[in-house]
Parts: sequence; C-alpha cells; structure tokens
Amino acid sequence: MRHLFSALRLFLIMTVLTGIIYPLIITGIGQIVFPRQANGSIITVDGKIKGSELVGQKFISSRYFWGRPSAIDYNPMPSGATNFGPTSVGLPNALQQCRKQFEDLDWRAVPSDMLFASGSGVDPHLSPDAARLQINRIAHVRGFRVEQRQKIVDLMEHLIETPQWGIFGEPRVNVFLLNVALDQIK
Amino acid sequence: MHLHEVVQIVLYLFFLLALTPVLGLFMAKVFNGGHTWLTPLLRPLEKAIYRLAGIDENTEMRWSTYVWALLIFNFIGFVVVFVMQMIQDKLPLNPQKLPGVSMVLAFNTAVSFMTNTNWQSYAGETSLSYFTQMLGLTVQNFLSAATGVAVLLALTRGLTRRSLQTIGNFWVDLVRTTLYVLLPLAFILAILLLGQGVVQTFSPSLHIQTLESHTQIIPLGPAASQIAIKQMGTNGGGFFNANSSYPLENPTPLSNFFQMLSLLLIPAALTYTYGIMVNSRRQGWVIFAAMMVLFLMGLMVSLWAEYGYNPVTGIAGSMEGKEVRFGVTNSVLWATATTAASNGSVNAMHDSLSPLAGLVAMFNIMLGEVIFGGVGAGLYGMLIFVIITVFIAGLMVGRTPEYLGKKIEAFEVKMSMLAVIAPSLVILVFSAIACVTDAGLSSLGNKGPHGLSEILYAFSSAGGNNGSAFAGLNANTTFYNIMLGIAMLIGRFAVIVPVLAIAGSMANKKNAPFSAGTFQTDNATFVVLLVAIVIIVGGLTFFPALSLGPIVEHLLMLAGHVF
Repeated sequence: MRHLFSALRLFLIMTVLTGIIYPLIITGIGQIVFPRQANGSIITVDGKIKGSELVGQKFISSRYFWGRPSAIDYNPMPSGATNFGPTSVGLPNALQQCRKQFEDLDWRAVPSDMLFASGSGVDPHLSPDAARLQINRIAHVRGFRVEQRQKIVDLMEHLIETPQWGIFGEPRVNVFLLNVALDQIK
Repeated sequence: MHLHEVVQIVLYLFFLLALTPVLGLFMAKVFNGGHTWLTPLLRPLEKAIYRLAGIDENTEMRWSTYVWALLIFNFIGFVVVFVMQMIQDKLPLNPQKLPGVSMVLAFNTAVSFMTNTNWQSYAGETSLSYFTQMLGLTVQNFLSAATGVAVLLALTRGLTRRSLQTIGNFWVDLVRTTLYVLLPLAFILAILLLGQGVVQTFSPSLHIQTLESHTQIIPLGPAASQIAIKQMGTNGGGFFNANSSYPLENPTPLSNFFQMLSLLLIPAALTYTYGIMVNSRRQGWVIFAAMMVLFLMGLMVSLWAEYGYNPVTGIAGSMEGKEVRFGVTNSVLWATATTAASNGSVNAMHDSLSPLAGLVAMFNIMLGEVIFGGVGAGLYGMLIFVIITVFIAGLMVGRTPEYLGKKIEAFEVKMSMLAVIAPSLVILVFSAIACVTDAGLSSLGNKGPHGLSEILYAFSSAGGNNGSAFAGLNANTTFYNIMLGIAMLIGRFAVIVPVLAIAGSMANKKNAPFSAGTFQTDNATFVVLLVAIVIIVGGLTFFPALSLGPIVEHLLMLAGHVF
C-alpha cells in the first residue's frame, strides 16, 4: 500500500512536470521566438489567409501547377495515404489516371512523384522535373506570349529549393508558393 | 542514388557514433548519482519530488518489489489515459469540440502509450483533444521510456553486484531518467523542430479558402513538445494521423534528420553507459557493434529493394506513400531506423514499400526490437540474447556459461527463453487467429500475400512494442483494438518481469573466478556469435510466415501480378 500512495503522488507530480510545465514552456518559446512557424507558417495574399506554406493544396484548374495525387483530396482531417501495396491494382490504375492528365506527353517522362500519391496527402512539393512538364500547358491556357512564358520558367527555377545546406533532402519546388507567384505574372 | 544521398547516410551514422560516448558518459554519471552540469539546476527539484511523493531515495528494492512498483505505476498511467480519453469532451483544451473516445479505442491507445508501443488506431487530429495529447500521451511518452531505462538499470546492477539482495530503487531510476535525460533532450529537440516549422499552439484548426477557392481545414495544436519526446523516447505515436510524413509534424529535410537521429540516439548511447556501469567499455562497444552490424545489413537490403524495379508499374524507386522533400533514401533510412528502434513513427507509408523493404522493417521488429531497440528496452532485450549466446557457446565447448564473471544457470536461461518466446508466440498465434476470422480479414486494405503481410506486421508491431503499421489495415475495430492491446501487454510485461527476475537472481550470485576456460564476451568473435544467434532465433521463428507474405509477394511482383 505504501508503494501505491507513492506511485499516485509521483504520477501526479510527473504529469504536472511533463504534461503541463514542459509543453507550456515550449509553447511560450514557440510563440515568442518562432511565432510564424509555431502557428502554421501561414501565407496571406492581399490580406487574406490563403493557406500554409507547408501544407499542400488542391489545384485542378489547368491555369495552375498541379500538385501530387492525394489520397485525401488535400483535406487533412485526417491526413493519410492510399496505402497501396507494391502489388496493388491501385498502382496501375494510378498510372492510367496520370496518362489521361498528360495525354500530350510520353508518360514515361513523368517523374514518379507526379504519378503516385504522397504519404501525408498534403505534400506541398513537386520534383522540379514534374513542375517543368506543366509549363507549356499553363502558358497555353493563360494565353501567355513567349516572354511571359519565359517568366514562368525563371520563376520556377528561382523557387527550386536545393537540398538543405547542400546535403539534406531532395531538390523540390513548393507548388502553392509557385502558383501564388504565377498569379503575379503580368 | 545521388552523392548527396550517400552523404546523408554517412553523416547519419557519423553523428550516431560520435554522440554515443558523449551522451553515454553523461547518462552513466546521472545513473551512478554523480555530478553533471545539470545537477545544480535539477538536484533541488529532484529532492523536492522525492519529498512530495514520500519516497526515500536511499532505500533499495528487491527484484519482486521493483516489479511491483513498476506494475502499479504503469497501471495508474493506463487508467488515467484510458479514462481521460473517454471524458475528454468534458475537459478543457478541446477547441474542436471532439467527443469522448469509444471504450475499445481508448483501451487500445492507453495500453499502447503505457507500453511504449504507440500504435495508432486513433487519428490524432480527428479523435484526440489537445488536453488528451498533452496530459495523457505526452506524459506517457516520458514515463514509458523512463520505465524502459529503469528496467535496464536494474538488470545492469543485477549483473554487476555480488551477493546482494537488492537491484536499485524504481522511483529513483524513473525520476532521474525523466529529469536529467529525457526532459533536457526533448527540450532541445522541440526547439530545433519549432524553428523548422513544427506547430506549437493552442489555437483551433484553421478553416481556409485555398488559392483555388477550395475549403481546407488545417489541423494545428501543441505538436512540437510532443513530437520531440515521441522521437527521443522511442515512442512514435503521431500528433497527426500521417505521423512524421505530415508537413506540420516534420516540415523540412533538416527536421527529418534531427528526428531520425533521435530515433536511435538514446538506445545507442545506452550501450556506452552500460559499458561504464559494468566497468568494461569494451562490453558496451561489443553490443553497439552487434546492433550496428544488424542495422547496416537491414539498411542495405532495404535500399536495394526500394530502388529496384517494380514490373507492376514499370518504375524503379516508386514515390507512392513518400514525400518529395525526403525522397527514397531518407524514407528507407527512416523506415529501417524506426523499426530497428522500437519507435514506430513513420515519414513514409510502410504499406507501400517494396516487398523486401517491407520485410526488413517487419523482420527488424520480429528480432525482438534489439537493434538499438526501445529506450532501455532494446538493450535489456539484447542482453537476453547475450545470455542465450553465452549459454549456446558454453554448450558447444562443454563449459559452464559465464557472463561478466558470473555463472549463467538454468534459471537465467529459462527466464531468457520466456522473454524471447512470449512475444514471438503472440505475434504468430494472434496473426493466425486474424487470418481465419472474418473480423480479422475484413480490415484488410490490400489483397493477396500483401494482406497477410498487413496482419503479420500489425501483430509484430504490437508484440514488439514498435507501433508502426502497414496502415492499409483498418485497425480501429473492436477485434484489432482488443487483440493488439493484449499483444502489446504481453510483448511488454512478459519480457520485463523475466528480465527483472534475472536481475534479482544474478545480483545474489558470487563471483566466478576468471580462468583460461572463461569464454570471452568482449571481442569480435562474440559480436559475430551474437549477431548469428539473433538472426537464427528470429529466422527460425518467422521464416515460414515471412515466406508466405513478403517473399511470395516479391516473386509475384517480379512476374507482374496484381491483386
């Protein structure tokens, strides 16, 4: 019995320490030192909240760069993936779908990230090659002249994120930021 | 693979190796009650805790008392998390107005976090309030990890003490581990993650109109504080459903690197701590080496498999279930590390890994979570294999087995076998039950041999206290919530109790004098033997099941079959 009372008291103390004090200190530091990050890295356009830099969005209009396929249609409540196994019929079906999207291209030129769904369902990025494939379509739909098309190319190359510190991660481009910038092209 | 990807793996191994002695030495000082740079700050707090809880830090416990204290403490944790989930709608910090969690799901999640498994039948953003995540799950993330270290410390004392009845004080081991090791490391990691973009706020989810005017709900919450200890404590239960593949839980390649390093940091460093505590650093490095060899073998097979060609799609290095910022290499490195450690967090979906990469993940768990393994749990699991190895080597040369100058006798070998067999039995028997019942089969997300893999993975993950999943399997059903819950309990306590029994029995023994016939346990030969025993025991137990799951699937994939 003595151990039971010690255990109860110790549990209560540890709960206060690790479940209240520790997260509150981290919240305080987050809100003071990293307020933008701690609140979701929000992007506003013309004073309106348009999304989080880190959370991918659904783009279906041909005027925009399309992101990766998503198992949850880019609505992360909850987040998740297709969970297709390597011999799932879902994989060849996904390829069929992609062939329709990129009718004018040899689909073998389409990078793997454009063909298959992400893990989170809200992957904000594309590989640079997957974005480049879409420039002609966007320029055509927007009725862009040659020099405006060149602006898309420049914009895209400018927004490519190389591996962090030249080492960590993969080259990529943020689709949401790319599309926000795309709308600014005159 | 590109050069920068190889560099990432090398850097990962380098930091792991370099930090092992640094953190290992620090922990040894803490556990031996020595003076560290944190002592002036934390010692008064530590003493206050003992006073408030009515604990005498100088009283030592027999092994049976140690077990009793551990079980009571864990049971309280279970009850609190269980009840808290069911009444979360009546508690504060619930801005989404989430309802109370159902009883079976609450049971599964409470068991899961008490046993350091952190299996996700729940989806954080849609089923748990901020209150439950903070005061329920975060607390258990600390305490279950500290429990693992406590058991390891008790075993280590048992191995080193001569003719003594006691093996330490559970409360002191628990408090010291939490205060001096887990809290400071979690604190550092949380701040690093905050800087990279992990959220930490009490605001409700954001409802927004996207650039293309779709409605999107972005879940937020006090995530950074929880994710830090989720990784440091080899817990792995996500704040969000998609775990560390979700950008607000793991936003950048750098946050990914920090989290990945944390997966193995404490378990690796504990081998060095162990070396100091048994007064022979070589003994620690020998175990580190055996773990590293097993880890590298798995990593290489997994990389080879995942970059391989899949005739079903005609593509090599598929991005299905992976994130662009991590790519294939970081997804595979993470998958290997998270299953080697009993962490179970994911940054890519294991269900979509190629058959052999999935096999490596599963096999890492099936080996008993001893490749670095859980905090504390990995090393005490490996020490069980050390005892078995010494025993088998003794049989081969016809001598009495000894370890660290003490005889290994029938009782220790029986207890070791119990600790190895219990989780394996649970994995195989429960998988078999799931395979022949409608309740088990109706949850499958994939057909064909991959379906068997989903079931096998689920019970391996629960029995091995890992927590990762082939997530196509819908585990939030009455059948799986209860069966997996029981598997986690057996996988945790049917190992801990025998380990503590060994600790008690070894502490009581006298020294066996070192002689020319003593089998050396601190050289390369022993590393080879230990690795071989771990693989043979795991292989013999699970090869038949694995051959019907991932191995058949690999062959069918090469023939282009789909299901």
